[in-house]
Amino acid sequence: MPKLPIYMDNHATTPVDPRVLEAMLPYFSGKFGNAASRNHSFGWEAEEAVDRARGQIAQLINAKSKEIIITSGATESDNLAIKGVVEFYKDKGDHIVTCVTEHKAVLDSCRALERAGKATVTYLPVDKYGMVDPDDVRKAITDRTVLVAIMYANNEVGTIHPIAAIGRIARERGVVFHCDAVQAAGKIPVDVDRDNIDLLAISAHKIYGPKGVGALYVRSRGPRVRLTPQMDGGGHERGMRSGTLNVTGIVGLGKACEIAAAGMAEENRRLLDLRDKLQAGIFERLDEVYLNGHPRERLPGNLNISFAYVEGESLLMGLNDIAVSSGSACTSATLEPSYVIRALGVGDELAHSSIRFGIGRFNTEDEVDFVTDRVTREVRRLREMSPLYEMAREGVDLKSVQWKAE
Amino acid sequence: MAYSDKVIDHYNNPRNVGSFDKGDADVGTGIVGAPECGDVMKLQLRINPESRVIEDARFKTFGCGSAIASSSYVTELVKGKHIEEAMTIKNTVIVQELNLPPVKIHCSVLAEDAIKAAIGDWKKQHEDARPSAEPRKAQEG
Repeated sequence: MPKLPIYMDNHATTPVDPRVLEAMLPYFSGKFGNAASRNHSFGWEAEEAVDRARGQIAQLINAKSKEIIITSGATESDNLAIKGVVEFYKDKGDHIVTCVTEHKAVLDSCRALERAGKATVTYLPVDKYGMVDPDDVRKAITDRTVLVAIMYANNEVGTIHPIAAIGRIARERGVVFHCDAVQAAGKIPVDVDRDNIDLLAISAHKIYGPKGVGALYVRSRGPRVRLTPQMDGGGHERGMRSGTLNVTGIVGLGKACEIAAAGMAEENRRLLDLRDKLQAGIFERLDEVYLNGHPRERLPGNLNISFAYVEGESLLMGLNDIAVSSGSACTSATLEPSYVIRALGVGDELAHSSIRFGIGRFNTEDEVDFVTDRVTREVRRLREMSPLYEMAREGVDLKSVQWKAE
Repeated sequence: MAYSDKVIDHYNNPRNVGSFDKGDADVGTGIVGAPECGDVMKLQLRINPESRVIEDARFKTFGCGSAIASSSYVTELVKGKHIEEAMTIKNTVIVQELNLPPVKIHCSVLAEDAIKAAIGDWKKQHEDARPSAEPRKAQEG
C-alpha cells in the first residue's frame, strides 16, 4: 500500500527535487549577493551562479547562454514574448497566429492586444487529438503576420504539436515563432535550432524546480529576434527584463534543467511504462472510457480520460486520497467545462467527465496500481448513482432526450 | 474548494439512491438538468393517491458532489410531506442545510426543480385521469 495521499497532478506543478533544493540553499543567506553588484565578491559569486544556471538552461534546449532571459515564470515569458514582439514589430504588421488550445497566458495576452487595438489574431482549430495542422498555420500567415505562437505540448491532453514543421513554415515566411514549452522542455527533447524556434517559454516548477522562476529563450542570430520590454527598470537581462535577479530561483531552475537533461531518455521509458499501465488497467476494467489527446504523440506522463456518465468533480471528490485534476466546469466558478477538451469536439458531456492524470518523477508502480483500483471502484459506484448510465443501459439515446436545463 | 461535512456525508453515504418502476401509477418522476451542463438529477416520489403524502423517494444524479448531496438531502426532506407542502420547498433550505458556497447554488435550484418536476409528473398522470379536475396548468420546462 503506497503512502497517501498520492500526488499525480504533475502537469499542474511538481515538487522540488531534493538535489535542486540542495543546490539552492547556499544562495539564501550565505551567498546572498546581488548578481548585478559588479564591485565586490558577493556580487561576483551570485553572478557566477547565475551564469552557470543560464548555461544549464541553455543546454536543455540547445541554445546559447546569452539567449536566456530570466523571468518570474512562463506566464511572464509568454506575455513578454507576445506583447514584446507585437510592440517591437508594429511597423511590420500586427497579425498573430495562435491556436484555441493554448494556455491562458498566451490566449489572454493575445486578447489583451486585440482589445487594445494593437493586433488581430487568428485562433487555429485543432483536430480530434488536439493537434494543429501545420498547413493551417501556413494558410493563416499573411503579409501582416508578425508572430506565430503555438505551444510545444498541451498541458491538459499532452498532445505534442508538429513544432519543427510549424517552425519551418514561420521561418520561411519570416515570421517570429514563439513556443510555450512549459510542459515539454525537460520532458521530451526540445531543440530550438532543429525546431526553428525563435522564442520559447519555460517554467522551473513544472520540472522539479521552484515556483516563481522561469525563462524566455530569445534567438540572437539567424534571425536575431527583438522585443519591447514589458518591465522597465535597471536594464537587467540585456534590457529585456529589468529587476534584481532571483538568484536562488535561477540556481534551482538551472539545476532542474541539468537533472532533466541528464536522465531524460531513461525517465521517459519509465514514465511511459507507468502511463501505459495506468491506461491499460483502466480501459480493461471499465467500459465507455475515452482517451483525450493524441494516442501516440503525447507527453509520456500524460493520461486524460473521459469516464462517460460520471461527472469529473464528483469523481475527484471520491478520489480524495489521490491528487489529479478535472476538466469539469464545476471545478471553477464558470459553468463552462475545459475549453481544451471541448476544442477536441468530444461534446460537453464528455468534457465534464474528464480527468487528467499527470505522472511524474516521484510516482511509483505501486501508486499506479492503487490509482487504477481506486478510480475503477469510484467510477463504478458513481455510475450506479448516475441516471445517464441507467438510461444508456436501458437503450435510451441520450442525444435524443429533450433535457430540461436551466 | 473544501466541501462541508454534510456534503461529504451525503456524497459518501447517499440516502435513497435508486429507481422505482416508472410504470407504477403512484410514482412521479422528475428529470432535470442536462448532461452538457454537467448536472442531471432524476428524482422519483411515491405518492399516496388518497392522502397525497409522499411516502418514499429515490434519486440518481450525474453531477458534482454538491449536486449529489442536494438530491440525496431532498429525498429525506420530502418524505412524509403532503405534495402541496413539498411544492413550497425552496432551494435556500438546501443551501443552508448543506452549507453550499455561491458557485454551488445552482445545484440546490436543480434539486428544487426536481421536486416540482416529479410532483408535476404525478399530478399529470392522476389529474388527467380525473375528468372533473381543474384545468391543467402548463407544465414546467
